[in-house]
Amino acid sequence: MAKVPIQFTLNGSEKAEFVEGGTTLLHALRDKTGDTSPKGGCHQGTCGACSVIIDGELRLSCLTLAETCSGTDIQTTSGLAEAGVLHPLQRAFLDAFATQCGFCTPGMIMAAKVLLDHTPNPSREDVVEALSGNICRCTGYEPIIQAVLTAARANSQNAA
Amino acid sequence: MAIRRGRGVAAINYPTGMNLGGDPTQALVHSTPTGNFMVTLSSVDLGQGLKQIMAQICAETIGVPTDRVIIDTADTDTGPHCMGTFASRGTHRAGNAVIQAAKEARQVMLEVAAEELEVNASDLETDGEGNILVKGAPQKSISIFDVALSAHFKRGRSISGRGMFLIPRSYPEKETGAMKPSTCYAHACTVAEVEVDNETGEVTVLMVKNIFEIGRALNPKMVEQQLVGGSWMGISHALYETTEPYYPNRDHGGTDFNQYLMPGPGDLAQTEIIVLERPSADGPYGAKGPGEMCANPQIPAVANAVFDAIGVRIDTLPITPERILRALKAQAAN
Repeated sequence: MAKVPIQFTLNGSEKAEFVEGGTTLLHALRDKTGDTSPKGGCHQGTCGACSVIIDGELRLSCLTLAETCSGTDIQTTSGLAEAGVLHPLQRAFLDAFATQCGFCTPGMIMAAKVLLDHTPNPSREDVVEALSGNICRCTGYEPIIQAVLTAARANSQNAA
Repeated sequence: MAIRRGRGVAAINYPTGMNLGGDPTQALVHSTPTGNFMVTLSSVDLGQGLKQIMAQICAETIGVPTDRVIIDTADTDTGPHCMGTFASRGTHRAGNAVIQAAKEARQVMLEVAAEELEVNASDLETDGEGNILVKGAPQKSISIFDVALSAHFKRGRSISGRGMFLIPRSYPEKETGAMKPSTCYAHACTVAEVEVDNETGEVTVLMVKNIFEIGRALNPKMVEQQLVGGSWMGISHALYETTEPYYPNRDHGGTDFNQYLMPGPGDLAQTEIIVLERPSADGPYGAKGPGEMCANPQIPAVANAVFDAIGVRIDTLPITPERILRALKAQAAN
């Protein structure tokens, strides 16, 4: 099958790749661009480890065809830190010990970022709802919920 | 038909390590030419934080900052032997091995420093910040960086050490059957409060209060992290997790992790953690294994709370709505 050319923006950089028809965005990101921050957990859209942000919306990269992403703006966790300074969410995850094995962490951070982009001052229920599509099997979720709430507070203090 | 509330309590003892053919872990420590310390292990870090703890233990023993220690857990084929990273044994077994290896390396380091400073090695001490000083005369000192350079390029010494920790196999006494199959018990107690819907059989864990006695907490924040996650896993064991709901029949079992239920972020009980530190005599700097034990007391506590709520004993895990409804039906029939 002929390969399909796709162009998109990944964390602010222009990317151009050739992919086979039917390639998932997860596969394209990890094996073509070398961005391994989205993780392949279940490959069927239930664990959330592959979550990325496409044009501002949270998407499961394992269920997204790469060829549908031409012209889009894609953000992943590996693009969050700026000039070596961690994003407030990354800082909060570290400070709250919200990660153990770390496999769910990039997806959790993507889900949390979309939440905070739309809802800067979320309630605990908002955070629970936003994370409910992401599975973690180490932490018991509570440290992750606390980290997101802490990052939201840090953001609102910086904005004030 | 109503929502019933119940409260249950349970206490456990939990061992560190296991008793098959003996329970060994070995470690090797050596300095790099610039005075960093490499710890080679076959024990692995799978997110529980073993690398951090081993770095702390090595640093404490040698007398350097933790960031001067590098932990290599690269390969179980080529590394020093470890029985395995399970049974809550990592901190205790590998930690003791690292202490022994680091002590031997420290001794060589002090001997090289003694030659450089022209003093007796027994008169030297470390300041914990990367320097070796003469006791009582700290102006006479040498950096560990310079000691390592001297060892490598001038004195031809290897600043290194071997560590071995073995719990020998315990056999039962012929007459009594008494034996010591495990060591270094940690202790825990949980109080759980539940609501049981006696129409649907659904159990909601409202609250768990846990007290854990885990020896010395070598890294208190990481211990707390283990205990919070473990408490959640204990509730999960009690109410959710099974691969064979009709064991030994495989029907209706999950076929992958997507179908292996655990509580999600919306199902969390209010959780309280209290840590008691009673340093253990044979633990590395007093530590015990907090790993698996922290997920145990919630299970009997939840089962007891269910009994308190609806008056039936569920003796098969997990405590599913189906098992509760069947037990209530049997109770009504009697």
